[in-house]
Amino acid sequence: MLFPGPNESEPRRVVVTGAGILTGLGHGWAINAARLRAGDSAVRPVTLFDVSAQRAKRAAEVDLPAELPPSRLSPKRQQRLDRGTRLLMAAGHEALRQTGWRGEAPVATVLGTTCGGMVLGEEYLTQALRAPGHWRGQATRTLYYQAQRQGVDFGDAAGIEGSVTVLSNACASGANAIGQAFELVRHGRAERALAGGYDALCQLVFSGFDSLQALSTTTCRPFDAARDGLALGEGAGLLALESEVSARRRGATILGEIAGYGATTDIHHLTQPHPEGAAALAAMRKACAQARVTPEQVGYVNAHGTGTPHNDSSEARALVDFAGNAADRLQVSSTKGGLGHLLGAAGAVEAVVCLMVLTGQWLPPQLQLAQPDPLCRFRLIREPTDAAVDVALSNSFGFGGANATLVLRRWA
Amino acid sequence: MSGIRVSGLGAVSPAGWGVAPLWTALKTGTPLPCAPLPRPGLERPLSIRAVPSPNPRPAFLGHPRVRRSASITHHLLGAALEAINDPSAGPRRDGERLGLIVCVMSGCVTYSRRFFEEVLENPATASPLLFPETVFNAPASHLAALLNSTAEALTVVGDESAFPTGLATAAHWLQDGMVDACLVVGAEEMDWLIADAMRLFDRGRIHAGGAGALYLRRAEAGSRGVELAAITDLHRFATRTGRRRAARRMRTELPAGSASELLLLGTQGLPVDAEEADVWLDWPGARMEPRSILGDALPASAAWHCVAACEALRRGAFTGATVSLVGTNQQAVGVSFTVSPGS
Repeated sequence: MLFPGPNESEPRRVVVTGAGILTGLGHGWAINAARLRAGDSAVRPVTLFDVSAQRAKRAAEVDLPAELPPSRLSPKRQQRLDRGTRLLMAAGHEALRQTGWRGEAPVATVLGTTCGGMVLGEEYLTQALRAPGHWRGQATRTLYYQAQRQGVDFGDAAGIEGSVTVLSNACASGANAIGQAFELVRHGRAERALAGGYDALCQLVFSGFDSLQALSTTTCRPFDAARDGLALGEGAGLLALESEVSARRRGATILGEIAGYGATTDIHHLTQPHPEGAAALAAMRKACAQARVTPEQVGYVNAHGTGTPHNDSSEARALVDFAGNAADRLQVSSTKGGLGHLLGAAGAVEAVVCLMVLTGQWLPPQLQLAQPDPLCRFRLIREPTDAAVDVALSNSFGFGGANATLVLRRWA
Repeated sequence: MSGIRVSGLGAVSPAGWGVAPLWTALKTGTPLPCAPLPRPGLERPLSIRAVPSPNPRPAFLGHPRVRRSASITHHLLGAALEAINDPSAGPRRDGERLGLIVCVMSGCVTYSRRFFEEVLENPATASPLLFPETVFNAPASHLAALLNSTAEALTVVGDESAFPTGLATAAHWLQDGMVDACLVVGAEEMDWLIADAMRLFDRGRIHAGGAGALYLRRAEAGSRGVELAAITDLHRFATRTGRRRAARRMRTELPAGSASELLLLGTQGLPVDAEEADVWLDWPGARMEPRSILGDALPASAAWHCVAACEALRRGAFTGATVSLVGTNQQAVGVSFTVSPGS
């Protein structure tokens, strides 16, 4: 029963026992960790669709694995999967393989996405407009375009039982999905949860950001004084969450703990954050209060840091306010300069990056930073650095004022 | 008693703006008339059930955040504001943390279609005014702005099961003290693109637009009112066989029913409804099929079902109400409501 269901008076500790990641830097934890640590960038000319008429022409495309991971779907159903589902399946398979869950218990799957299967939606609309009486393939596109169908296909492919919930809170979707799954496990409403986000590049969204002049026409440089916009990317990040008790009972390897989640809404404007970053600050404080963590204890912040003038100045102000007297010691970087902005996947992929930081004790650098914005009165990580980090924050701030912060803690 | 009170109801539907016209249409039981919707490129129009223009025009449509917004936002705001201003809800308290959960399937499809048409024409001149309104959570953002609410706002995307998912999330937030009140809204807008796609699966499906809203709060001890009694697990399916199994599992989690209880079914007499209809053959009480009267508005339909269930209980017509939702292509889920007698 979803409601009323179990509601434990003493919240459980929630740990991560599996993580999967697919980005423009590669498929899997190892390659992403190595290339992030080396300061590589995945941003390159777009090949997936025609960008000749756009202002911006680069993004962080993924080289999809040649084959799908082992799947319980029929060959026909596999053929119909869109790019977004393939990204999701690749990251999900890695997380599930790592966690070692068997099919005996249901898994609550909570996914974040902004586009779902928009590539198929674009194909549907193009055919509907250009060949109105031609229906071939349209039913399949209709079905597989829908985000919930991608979640169902993913669950069926992986052979996991349980519910599928899809959240679409713009660029905070992946973080919101992990936060909601965290709350389910924390209160005993789910034993296991698989949570994260995915998004595939598509022309509609690329053109949309380009129409807003939000895409960099040079190089995406988060927190640089001369930044001129973001670089889009694509990919997926998934985390397997369970209670500490469950993980210990299984003897599972624990990658880290989700210790806090805070979500707020910025009502300033549909696409622009409040200049002072009040809602961003509130999200960070809420997450840290839940985790019982002070700003002084935060060893690293993976900033939302898109590289747009408005986002970065607003977030910089919020970070300085958040850290207070500890601002000059707060270590911050945005990984979007190298990975691109993965929209619905961003918060999830960046949570995986935070886990890499906590397990590997190193910090990913802020790429392409020439002259930091003077508002950045915190320590921007400019070179790959070894560091002792026990607590990491991941910020995700989206269109519509959807703000979310996750607090991750090293498992020692 | 679950302790989660339904404090307010709101609806915008082809029957009109408000819960009252929705209830009257369902009580009358006569399918609302269909209207033709031109389908570009084809001579024969599509058949839909549209939301009538509001009369008088609501003041919120003049709000700066709303002026350029899509019709899904208008529907959503109409239903949400009716629910939150429901006389039985009482005034909002100072500093009240209000959670917002919006449930959609197609979302802002009209602006998405128009924007992509412009991209196909010439991506360099596609309108920056349209694109932000294509984002799934744009309606939730507008709602938060109108209500001056900075608490968490979530947009759930899915089939009809999205609305009960939103209700369960809201109930959990209230139980956990994360918010003081929560609005859950299911909304869709009408567009030829969706009506066209629906016909690919069943020509009897009539596309509709609109929204339904429930305003939830923790029940005050000893007070009388409609309560959220239970929401079943979400039973996932992808195939026809899976759909049958999911419907059965949902049914086993819900009350057997009695002659004094109402059942609201998601069925509308189409072949695809057979699995859902079969599991309810033994229901002893009255039943309604709102979609056969109002049309098919996906998660907004699910919201209308729940609004109608609560309205039936408020009117004292039944002692309990159960909503059955075997979704389009994701999950089956049931919701039951009851009346807390008060002390």
